[in-house]
Amino acid sequence: MKYRAKIEVSLKPGHSDPEGETTARLLKELGYTVSAVNVSKVYTVFLEAETSKEAATKAEEMCRKLLANPTKDNYTIAIEEQK
Amino acid sequence: MKREEIRVCILRVGGTNCDAETQRAFQELGVQAETLHVNELAKRRNLLDYQALVFPGGFSFGDYVRAGAILARWLSAKLDNEIRAFVDDNRPILGICNGFQVLVEYGLLPGFEGISEYPEATLAANIPQGYNCRWIYLKQENRGKCVFTSKVPAGSVLRIPVAHSEGRFLFPREKQQKLLAQLVENDLLVFRYCSKSGEYAEGKYPANPNGSFHDIAGICNREGTIFGLMPHPERAFYWWQQPDWTRQERMPQYGDGKLIFESIVDYLTKKF
Repeated sequence: MKYRAKIEVSLKPGHSDPEGETTARLLKELGYTVSAVNVSKVYTVFLEAETSKEAATKAEEMCRKLLANPTKDNYTIAIEEQK
Repeated sequence: MKREEIRVCILRVGGTNCDAETQRAFQELGVQAETLHVNELAKRRNLLDYQALVFPGGFSFGDYVRAGAILARWLSAKLDNEIRAFVDDNRPILGICNGFQVLVEYGLLPGFEGISEYPEATLAANIPQGYNCRWIYLKQENRGKCVFTSKVPAGSVLRIPVAHSEGRFLFPREKQQKLLAQLVENDLLVFRYCSKSGEYAEGKYPANPNGSFHDIAGICNREGTIFGLMPHPERAFYWWQQPDWTRQERMPQYGDGKLIFESIVDYLTKKF
């Protein structure tokens, strides 16, 4: 089966986000009422697995092995079957 | 082992920089230094023909995912056995800037319990945000374990440049005080950012150029044979690399970075 894993890697709460802070500052200068900006990264991974559970397990492994650093990153995974 | 018999491997990949400066620094000290592409090393599988390994600076694999992460995982997939044998034999591994990021992402540093499966720390985006290239001061904090600073007296201040955008050393927030205590207790702390007169930067820019926790600029592993630092010692090797050389009447022939290379060569001549 073919699956699409949408993996979002974001900073853990409380971690400084210098890119988000800089972006928020500029948005305020442009006249928007913005309290904060958080920057995250989205990886859309196309993979094959027997079941959606297996696809989720593989995506989880990818996060632990490469896509997220447990010191600062959280991640969420959404699996979708591909036709 | 005689100096001229020592072989240093400097690993490069797309995005590496300062490999030529690093090579020249070692050659100036009379040892053999070769710059090798990682694909070549993976093909030859001869890492153990070298007595020291260097991961130079730069932006390996374009800093994609996180700085150093892709090269670290690539190496652990292709050359893990050789790297572990190298570490077990206490052969020195130096990571400069991007090389430090690779060592942390690999799990080689800080390596509280040996090589860790997942990174135990991170080098996060700088605060203030963005790429920062400047000369900074470092205080030597190591009490004698680190073989890369044997020629740098504890408490002395070195002037060496940094050039990076992801250099903010962090431990997981919930464990940072505990891990800092372990770092100090086990003598893994090597360099902290400081002022010209040696006062700790206390997180303040520009003395601390990236917002690093506890002003940490460089650490080693528990054996003292793996060392990573954000500043570039190879860019402070000769007198003419210093920013004020035109304004000085007399300067020492070499910059402070030379002491780190001398320490490595001294260790190698005694060990092998």
